[in-house]
Amino acid sequence: MNWLFAPGLFTSAPVHTALALGTVSATVCAVVGVFTILRGASFAGHALTDVAATGGAGSVLVGVSPLTGFLSGALVGAGAIGTTRGRGGHQQEVATGIVLSVATGLSALFLYLNATTSAATGVTQRVLFGSLFSASSSEILPTLLVGALALLLTGVIARPLVLSSLSVELARARGVRVALIGGAFLLTMAVAVGLSALTSGSLLSTALLIGPAAAAVRCTSRLSHALLLALTFGIGCTWLGIVLSYDSYNWMPKNQSLPVSFFIVVAIVVVYGVCTVGSTRGRRV
Amino acid sequence: MPDEILSVEHLTVSLHGRVILDDVSFALRRGEFTGLIGSNGVGKTTLLRAILGLQPYEAGTISVNGEPRRRHHAAIGYVPQKIALDSDVPLRVVDFVTLGLDAERWGLRRRSAAQRARVTDMLEAVGASHLASKRLSELSGGEQQRVFIAHALVREPHVLLLDEPLANLDPRNVQEIVALLHRLARDHDVAILLSAHEMNALLPVMDRVVYLTGGHCASGPTSEVVRTDVLSALYGHHVDVVQIHGRVFVIAEPNDATDDLPEHPTLTVH
Repeated sequence: MNWLFAPGLFTSAPVHTALALGTVSATVCAVVGVFTILRGASFAGHALTDVAATGGAGSVLVGVSPLTGFLSGALVGAGAIGTTRGRGGHQQEVATGIVLSVATGLSALFLYLNATTSAATGVTQRVLFGSLFSASSSEILPTLLVGALALLLTGVIARPLVLSSLSVELARARGVRVALIGGAFLLTMAVAVGLSALTSGSLLSTALLIGPAAAAVRCTSRLSHALLLALTFGIGCTWLGIVLSYDSYNWMPKNQSLPVSFFIVVAIVVVYGVCTVGSTRGRRV
Repeated sequence: MPDEILSVEHLTVSLHGRVILDDVSFALRRGEFTGLIGSNGVGKTTLLRAILGLQPYEAGTISVNGEPRRRHHAAIGYVPQKIALDSDVPLRVVDFVTLGLDAERWGLRRRSAAQRARVTDMLEAVGASHLASKRLSELSGGEQQRVFIAHALVREPHVLLLDEPLANLDPRNVQEIVALLHRLARDHDVAILLSAHEMNALLPVMDRVVYLTGGHCASGPTSEVVRTDVLSALYGHHVDVVQIHGRVFVIAEPNDATDDLPEHPTLTVH
């Protein structure tokens, strides 16, 4: 199996760290992603990934960990988007777009400052496209804790979240505090985005948040099955991406690995394509 | 009054400075089918929202079982006008009806055998057992209404409010849903209040009517409300109530106080 598992893969400490961080990230993204699709909040999720980039770029300037930077950016973005949610419809989308634009502008500024004033190299690459093999093992525990909290919160609000996603009016009639549930879900989405940015960079993190979930809902009409499938797809694509990125060291003429995020995204797209073709042929799990 | 489950007394609601409902009073009784009739924009949905606790009101009282209505009263079930569903929503019919048991509760919970049996029974009661495994977004209009009714009734409310459930249905589905609701009202001893702008489909089953116009209402048994003298007093000018081949027509004369009189009398079909 050396054609798939290159020598040294299973003993490499950076690979172990990448697998640990990637698994946590993919798990949280899979669960949150299914509810993101249920709520039709994919655009908000995408906006959060761009705001997370601001945090990631800023983290190098102020000297905090990338996880802290991405999470902070995503949480600030969630707060900004949350304050505009009550407007509804067109106004809401416009406000989200403005938040996204401001964040992108700030990202450009921070990346420029990193390139011109900081001694750190490859910051732009890491922030935008991720660099999972250079992540520190000290990030594993905080990633695990933050991810567990996000999953716990999602489980706590799951039932009112589903109902308010289907019909705000019906949820309000049942006594669901729609604004509170929506705000709590934005928090979990911010955490998922922050973690996925760590894995695949802010530009490609939407793929990990939405892709496995989107593929899963094509295959099944059961929410529980969609969650399980999204987990399988997300974790599987992440592990495959890590393995192929490690292997690619031997493919390239200058012995330079191709980005993990590239392989993860390609794998997700393939899975989504297969699921879409399968669903149009009437298959259901 | 015996079996009176919900009472609305002297309700007044304003929106954006305009009085929508003015001194509206009526009562619902268990096992009875009441039609909330009025043209578009007259305040039917506003009235339903006020009963649900979603719309504040300036005056009046709303009581359930003789007690002031608490917000989100468990005794009141609700079927909204329309739920737009994306085709990819991963939710089966049986899961949506199950959600009706306790959707507002936090946390994850495994369903008991009794709860699962209740969901099965409710799907059968609305004639949707064969749809249990189907994706919610793949249902037709009539099928969706049955499932939404099951979702609302699975908690065994005493009152069921439906906001224009017949609006987007073809005549055959209208008949089937009306007959279903009539049967459910009797079998489950539920007071049903169904809003519609067309009352003819409800005439065969309607026990009472709450007729709204111009912010005011007339309520009572259908035969006592849908009459020339009652509706003329309600409209504030003369109207004729005519029945032709089992259909009711309300023919309104132009208001004598206006200078701009149309050439022909205004015809309102219910």
